[in-house]
Amino acid sequence: MADVNRGNNRPLSPHLQVYKLPIAAVTSILTRITGHALVAGILLLVWWLIAAVSSPGYFAFVDGILRSWFGFLVMLGSAWALWYHTLAGIRHLFYDAGKGMEIETARKSSWAIIIGSVVLTLISLILFFL
Amino acid sequence: MRYITPLKAAEGLGASHTGTLHHWHMTVSAVALAILTPAFLMVVGNAIGLPREGVIAYFGRPYPAIVTALFIVVGMIHFIKGTRIMIDDYLDETERKVAIIFSVIFGWGVIAAAVFALAKMAFTG
Repeated sequence: MADVNRGNNRPLSPHLQVYKLPIAAVTSILTRITGHALVAGILLLVWWLIAAVSSPGYFAFVDGILRSWFGFLVMLGSAWALWYHTLAGIRHLFYDAGKGMEIETARKSSWAIIIGSVVLTLISLILFFL
Repeated sequence: MRYITPLKAAEGLGASHTGTLHHWHMTVSAVALAILTPAFLMVVGNAIGLPREGVIAYFGRPYPAIVTALFIVVGMIHFIKGTRIMIDDYLDETERKVAIIFSVIFGWGVIAAAVFALAKMAFTG
């Protein structure tokens, strides 16, 4: 049986390049990606805190980066990643309790996480940053 | 009548030797972070844009200091334990060990830097 694929290039299943991920799988892997990507925002923020207690010149340098368009993009992206990871993490707590694991429920909660994270990011941007 | 309890089945705690402790730590820190997240975003949003003296005075106050310290300490411990799962999934052998060590050192380095900055703002201004 191990030899059935020898000599031809029949795809193995599930083959990630041709396998269309269900929305619940996309939101699942995004939880891991956002969690790890958040390191960028935390590093920039802690660097900024260290700069504030170092010297006025060094603070001006790091503050300039944080408040540049690049720093704004990192902070905005981090705020979205944080909300996304929070909502997906809360869903995970329900999964752990054995709730919400039906396919249709998982599909709905996936869209709720995607839309909810964007809405909460915009609300945070308006309330806290502008 | 048997006086032997099923202790033997619970000993060893599986392949991890720590049972479900890692999962439980992630659950506890996840709930803590879900509560801290809105407060932390508000504190950071208020602080960005202040001049240097303003930033130092702001984080010298109890509420911003405690929220920021808690979020970064709990968040980085959650991060260390979270990266551990990704490392276990994707790496083996020496690469896995090196990645775990780097992740733990990095996480505690970030915690040390943040706590130092916050302590200096709080105690020396």
